[in-house]
Amino acid sequence: MIPAAVDYVRADSAEAAIAALAEAGDEAKLLAGGQSLVPLMRLRLATPSVLVDIGRLDGLAGISVDGDTVGIGALTTHSALEHSADLAAACPLLAHVAAQVGDPAVRHRGTLGGSLAHADPASDLPAAVLALGGTLVATGPGGSREIAATDFFTGFLESVLGPDELLTEVRVPVSTGGWCYQKFNRRAQDWAIVGVVVAEGGAGVALVNMGSTPMRAAGVEAAVAAGASAGDAASAAADGTEPPTDNNADGDYRAHLARVLTERALVAAGA
Amino acid sequence: MTVTESPFIGGIVGESRLRHEDPALLTGESKFIDDLQIPGALWVACVRSPHAHARITGIDTSAALATDGVVAVYTGDDLADAWAAPLPCAWPVTDDMKNPAHHPVAQGKANYAGDIVAVVVAESRYAAADGLEGVVVDYEPLDAVVTMEDAETDRVVIHEDCGTNVSYVWPLVPDPEAVEAAFADATHHITETFVHQRLIPTAMEPRGVVAVPAPHNGDMTLYSSTQIPHVLKVMAALTLGIPEQKLRVIAPSVGGGFGCKLNVYAEEIICMALAQRHGVPVRWTEGRTEAAVSTIQGRAQRQTIELASDADGKLTAVRATLLADMGAYLQLVAPGVPLLGAFLYHGLYDVPVYSFTCKGVFTNLTPTDAYRGAGRPEATYAIERAMDALAVAVGVGPDEIRSRNFIPTEKFPYDSPAGLTFDSGNYQPTLDRAKELIDWDGRRAEQAERRAAGSTTHLGIGISSYVEMCGLAPSRTLAALNYGAGGWESATVRILPTCKVQVVTGTTPHGQGHETCWSMIVADQLGIDPDDVEVLHSDTAISPLGMDTYGSRSLAVGGTAIWMATEQVIDKARAIAAHMLEANADDLEFAGGTFSVKGSPDKEVPLAGVAFGAFTAHDLPDGMEPNLQAQVTFDPSNFVFPFGTHIAVVEVDEATGAVELIDYAAVDDCGNQINPLIVEGQLHGGIVQGVAQALWEDAAYDADGQCRAANLADYLVPSAAECIDMKLDHTVTPSPSNPMGVKGIGEAGTIASTPAVMNAVVDALRPMGITDITMPASPMTVRRAIEAAQGDSA
Repeated sequence: MIPAAVDYVRADSAEAAIAALAEAGDEAKLLAGGQSLVPLMRLRLATPSVLVDIGRLDGLAGISVDGDTVGIGALTTHSALEHSADLAAACPLLAHVAAQVGDPAVRHRGTLGGSLAHADPASDLPAAVLALGGTLVATGPGGSREIAATDFFTGFLESVLGPDELLTEVRVPVSTGGWCYQKFNRRAQDWAIVGVVVAEGGAGVALVNMGSTPMRAAGVEAAVAAGASAGDAASAAADGTEPPTDNNADGDYRAHLARVLTERALVAAGA
Repeated sequence: MTVTESPFIGGIVGESRLRHEDPALLTGESKFIDDLQIPGALWVACVRSPHAHARITGIDTSAALATDGVVAVYTGDDLADAWAAPLPCAWPVTDDMKNPAHHPVAQGKANYAGDIVAVVVAESRYAAADGLEGVVVDYEPLDAVVTMEDAETDRVVIHEDCGTNVSYVWPLVPDPEAVEAAFADATHHITETFVHQRLIPTAMEPRGVVAVPAPHNGDMTLYSSTQIPHVLKVMAALTLGIPEQKLRVIAPSVGGGFGCKLNVYAEEIICMALAQRHGVPVRWTEGRTEAAVSTIQGRAQRQTIELASDADGKLTAVRATLLADMGAYLQLVAPGVPLLGAFLYHGLYDVPVYSFTCKGVFTNLTPTDAYRGAGRPEATYAIERAMDALAVAVGVGPDEIRSRNFIPTEKFPYDSPAGLTFDSGNYQPTLDRAKELIDWDGRRAEQAERRAAGSTTHLGIGISSYVEMCGLAPSRTLAALNYGAGGWESATVRILPTCKVQVVTGTTPHGQGHETCWSMIVADQLGIDPDDVEVLHSDTAISPLGMDTYGSRSLAVGGTAIWMATEQVIDKARAIAAHMLEANADDLEFAGGTFSVKGSPDKEVPLAGVAFGAFTAHDLPDGMEPNLQAQVTFDPSNFVFPFGTHIAVVEVDEATGAVELIDYAAVDDCGNQINPLIVEGQLHGGIVQGVAQALWEDAAYDADGQCRAANLADYLVPSAAECIDMKLDHTVTPSPSNPMGVKGIGEAGTIASTPAVMNAVVDALRPMGITDITMPASPMTVRRAIEAAQGDSA
């Protein structure tokens, strides 16, 4: 549980962080809350040569509601999401999902941007942002670009984020329609064995831990849009997925869970 | 001696008092092994075999030696002459038990994934970890034996010199013909097979070692996160050939053990050997992932239990047959762990005929050994699960089948069919009270309503009544079991000149609260404030005599030694007081910390006056030694036999297979209680640990012998979020085997709760035709059982 030697740079601005990334190349990793990266480093599964610490950057944390959009700084912690009255009013789904991440210690350190950039299919928040139809803002040497959440995740722990890009903001629409997060796990602190996020009464449905990326359940969304019952719509929940096998579940059981949980989530969300 | 009520009159024992230990623990003042600042220490990191079974064909250490900060690298061959003997197994349960040489660093062959094949010595923990990557070991992988059933066949013989994977067969069959006759005549013959998965003990603090040598005079001080500094001192002296008087073992604050620190580990011996070799302190701290494979694991048994009964469900015989997985080598007491349950497969039921046989086998997995309950949870699980099956066969409730078979109270002391004498018991009231706490009738009605309504959230209610044997142990009984040590405990009670008290105990607390409880006992006897009593322990230079802490022995054996030593001190103080008061000692009474002459209340002297008088020795009775102190070594006459009944209520979600524990009642009887708050704490933790075996924890291995749960994300230790409020109550049936009338409570919760929960799970699913669920009852396992049952009925 001893990480390999690593150089450390503390960035005092987003520009400085991007410059440090550009200088270090592929071997650099951004360090925000460290809740995913540091455990991997301690197991020596991740051995970056440089850590660029953005944890103390000003201006990248905070929640603001502007018209029908909620803007959330990438360094906003899960705990801040969980306890924000503004978010509870504008997007209660996201506040609720943030409260299901890990345990209180993790939620006080972990950040929304870090969770999305890590692109873990078993994480809660990426699926929530997908279901909400969110947009991610990445900033690199050439400026900022907006990326639809549906285009962001490309593979297991992989995204379209460039090696010299920094995730700066996450935007989700104000969403107060029927919602539900069905997180199925054996202990409160664990990753979901399977999770199902339903937003806006079933207009957005996303799955946790059902493949190599966080994913939308397009078949379910289409069925709901076409007026199918919750049960009928849920029967499509595992379509096209390749769920993983681990100690807790094999692929078949995960597919079964996805259908059961999707139906429950749709019913709870009023679909 | 017979104790029918509490001997304590001081008003302190029996109070729920906050633990004296906690402020230092909660503020970080307590020092655990990794907190020790030892200047100049070298760090050890262990190169562990990634293969479960492999021949070591070459080790290249050159890259490691070239790593910054690395001082030396040693292979098993390099250190072959460092040990005077292999790592010890102190419990050769049979004369012909196979016990392969277990060297701290493997020589020639690695026998489990985690077996140490080389060690890196470096200037820092980080450099040692870096050095690990530079040790290149060539392995020739061999077929691995990962199941007990495979081991039994000797398809692959792990230890060639043993010639077989069977370490021992240990039978306890007092009357074989009676067993056959009982089963031949039985109306009901129940046969059940259960598997206890491997468990990782997961003490909050992993292990750690610092060996500090004194190169010129040959002294060696070993700091270790251990439950057994006293036993370790003896064993380390023998294993390393260090003269025992030169060896001092200190267990600093120890963050839990659950039995996994009741051992002599390779890393302890390695650090001492390297400290001798390098002439400087050498240390090692275990990582959590490392701990999962390098520290002993628990349970790992396959049991077949058979019950014979008459038409009314009255038991006539019990026969248990065990297969027990020792792992790759025999650790300190591993072969004896099943034997601690061997006498209890008839539970707390009055059974005339008994048969038990255990076969211990080697596998290519991490060695097993004692884990909270050690043998008794397994025994209780088997009989309590089987009793539910018998109840179904007879057509009565699980409560009724137990009531029909409880050993009647008037039969105590009860000569058990396995050859023990159960000290005291009164079982039915614990069942009655537990049913009351859980609202048995109401829950049964609710269950019936749900079933009638076709609910898919099934309610299950499970009973577990238990008796266990603890307070290890009468030394003569241990001799009969071929155990390599005694079961006594030592105590010194010393009243200082200022009337403060030092208690030196041979018990070794690692979370139990001995300091609190021992000070309460002594303060109650002496009529002083518990804060005026300091308890010294866990350092063989301060407490040279002891047998340490395991097997729920500390109070019944170590506490008794303290009680007896305090009584001796009071007797001496009484003689001095009588001399001071010019009275006859028999005419003095001692209460509230003061000696007074019966009938002459103005003639009195406080204990403080006696203590100072004993110190100055200016005017002691003729021939009396100065000072007030006594040392007692107590060897118990019997085990103690706590008992109780636990009832669990679960909900099973048919669609997902998820099991949720929703209610829990426990009524336990550990005789007289010293500190009820600590009793409750032991039960809370113990119950959760047993529930964890039922629902969550599983040291799962794949077919190649790789642990698939070697971290706390995959090994599901429950947290507070998974716990529920428990309804606890107790009855009090003092033990007649010790003067305080006490029994142990450290393992009872773990012993009782696993079968209560699994009986509840099966109770919920029985209408579907399900009669067993393999532990842990994970959602997928339960869902698969439901699917299979529904497929069968479709």
